[in-house]
Amino acid sequence: MAFDYEKYLRPGKLPHIWCPGCGHGIVMKGLIRAMDTLKLDMKNTAIVSGIGCASRLPGYIDCCTLHTAHGRAAAFATGVKMAKPEMNVILCGGDGDGTAIGGNHFIHACRRNIDMTYIIMNNYIYGMTGGQFSPCTPTGHKASTTPYGNPDPGFDIAKLAIGAGATFVARGTAFHANQIDKLIAEAIQHKGFSVVEILDDCPTTYGRRNKYKSVIEMMNRLKEVAVPVKAAEKMTAEQLKGKVLTGVLYKDDTKSDYTTEYAKVIERAQAK
Amino acid sequence: MAKKVAFMQGNEAAAHGALYAGCNFFGGYPITPSTEVSEVLSIELPKVGGKFIQMEDEIGAMAACLGASLTGAKALTSTSGPGLSLKQELIGYGCIAEIPCVVFNVMRGGPSTGMPTGPSQSDVMCAKWGTHGDHATIALMPASVQECYDMVAEAFSLAEKYRMPVHVLPDEIIAHMRERIEFREPGEIEITPRKAPTVPPEQYKPYDTSFGDVPPLANFGSGYRYHVTGLNKMQDGFPTTKAEIVQAEEERQVRKVDACIDDIVTFEEYMLDDAEVVVVAYGSTSRSARYAVNAAREQGINAGMFRIKTFWPFPDKQIKALAAKVKGFIIPEMNLGMCSIELERCAQGKIPVLGIFRVDGEPINPEQIVEKIKEVK
Repeated sequence: MAFDYEKYLRPGKLPHIWCPGCGHGIVMKGLIRAMDTLKLDMKNTAIVSGIGCASRLPGYIDCCTLHTAHGRAAAFATGVKMAKPEMNVILCGGDGDGTAIGGNHFIHACRRNIDMTYIIMNNYIYGMTGGQFSPCTPTGHKASTTPYGNPDPGFDIAKLAIGAGATFVARGTAFHANQIDKLIAEAIQHKGFSVVEILDDCPTTYGRRNKYKSVIEMMNRLKEVAVPVKAAEKMTAEQLKGKVLTGVLYKDDTKSDYTTEYAKVIERAQAK
Repeated sequence: MAKKVAFMQGNEAAAHGALYAGCNFFGGYPITPSTEVSEVLSIELPKVGGKFIQMEDEIGAMAACLGASLTGAKALTSTSGPGLSLKQELIGYGCIAEIPCVVFNVMRGGPSTGMPTGPSQSDVMCAKWGTHGDHATIALMPASVQECYDMVAEAFSLAEKYRMPVHVLPDEIIAHMRERIEFREPGEIEITPRKAPTVPPEQYKPYDTSFGDVPPLANFGSGYRYHVTGLNKMQDGFPTTKAEIVQAEEERQVRKVDACIDDIVTFEEYMLDDAEVVVVAYGSTSRSARYAVNAAREQGINAGMFRIKTFWPFPDKQIKALAAKVKGFIIPEMNLGMCSIELERCAQGKIPVLGIFRVDGEPINPEQIVEKIKEVK
């Protein structure tokens, strides 16, 4: 029997705002399958986002949804989780929202290891505003504000998250749709701050400026650059050049999460 | 039983006023001269099972408060000038999404870093107009340590009653001076709870105006699933650009306070019955003003004081009534004439509005005010 996505969707809110060929819908379906796998109580689940195309995702899903201000998802979500640790808190948004204007909140959520899952849809561009370069746009690539090619080096979101203290970091792609739900489900189950970066495509504002002739070509690129971590272990540095590792990149189950630690603060304060 | 009394700072009293009101969440960021609020709450909140979090920046602190409030927490943040500037983005979010919380902002010199340890009253317009777009504002002006306690407690009630961020704006003198205060007994200050939905979850709309201009707010995690956004929204919380809905919703969000102005505005009248010259004052400056009024009366001048306790919404009605019967207003303030603008607006040219404006980090002394009172003919 076909998977019933509709029971997780708010009635009457489709069609979504995303352009034909955009991968955000694939990610949303992956998130829904993950929520179904884990049998999450939707009344007790909050999805928090910032601003941008990817940040419109929560509105479609029938749980407690909070579409905040640009870059602030992690900070709002921290308030939700601190005040009500028993809630499942999931964040989502794009690369610009999460790593530029929201970069500070992002790294500190990682550092606190607060038990939330952050799904970053990285399509290398500010899509909603019409295709300006983001901190994840590759050097040399074109955007509406890099007409001569991007002079900036880009972030590696996964490395940034690991370096900042996140205890579960995974990466998938919009092409590898069947892997997305598994990565997200594992991330949600992880006790601590988990980051799932999904390499995504924006045919409208990124693809056409960077000589991708079609969505299929963009999807094929995601297929070609992705190398599962296990497979990468057997490959040489030369073979890995230009490739991107996918799968669970980092996992540390030894570190305590933030709300557990704050519960101990309460215990200590009340013992006095 | 004797009341619990203490000798403490305005900032410390504010923290205790918050606890009295049931504050159980604080999100903050260190900034002079308001840091004592967070220091006290870092000690006291976990004792009552509340949560204290020091965020990575001022914006994050405001965000955490709004997120916590959506789960039902009574959330407080404290800050000062530069922090208030940073928080404006999300104060606006709190206004449009209609999320209760309290912002305790200690006014120091500015703009920018200004004079971090010096007093000022230069954030009164920032509190009103700092965030972009049309919105209602409630801002309270304590003039004593006791009022820091009381007004923070009252601010929590106003925040819930009108479903919005509420400012408490002490100047640095009030925040840092020490006085005797009384801890309030339960019931002494009315604590208004959040208006909870009366409809089942499937019928709930977070901005359902059939319940009035302040719709009930369901808490995240209480069984109600709904959407919150900073976009202009419909009654169900989802974004819209439909002209008539946006217009109506924006008007409602301002009207919900404007229509209740008589219930919100508080003030003190001091020797106004026969006053010919009225000193309009607020915060620590009102303490000098009271002294000046007494001194002027000793010299045979019929002076009085109107003390603003609720700065926003501005007490238009009272000021306009005074303007119709007295000879002049004196407005001493630690800024270059911010309240003066409001007085001029209310006086409508009928009487002179004479300002004493100090931004040098020194308090306005009574002698300055007495001299100005004498200028009114």
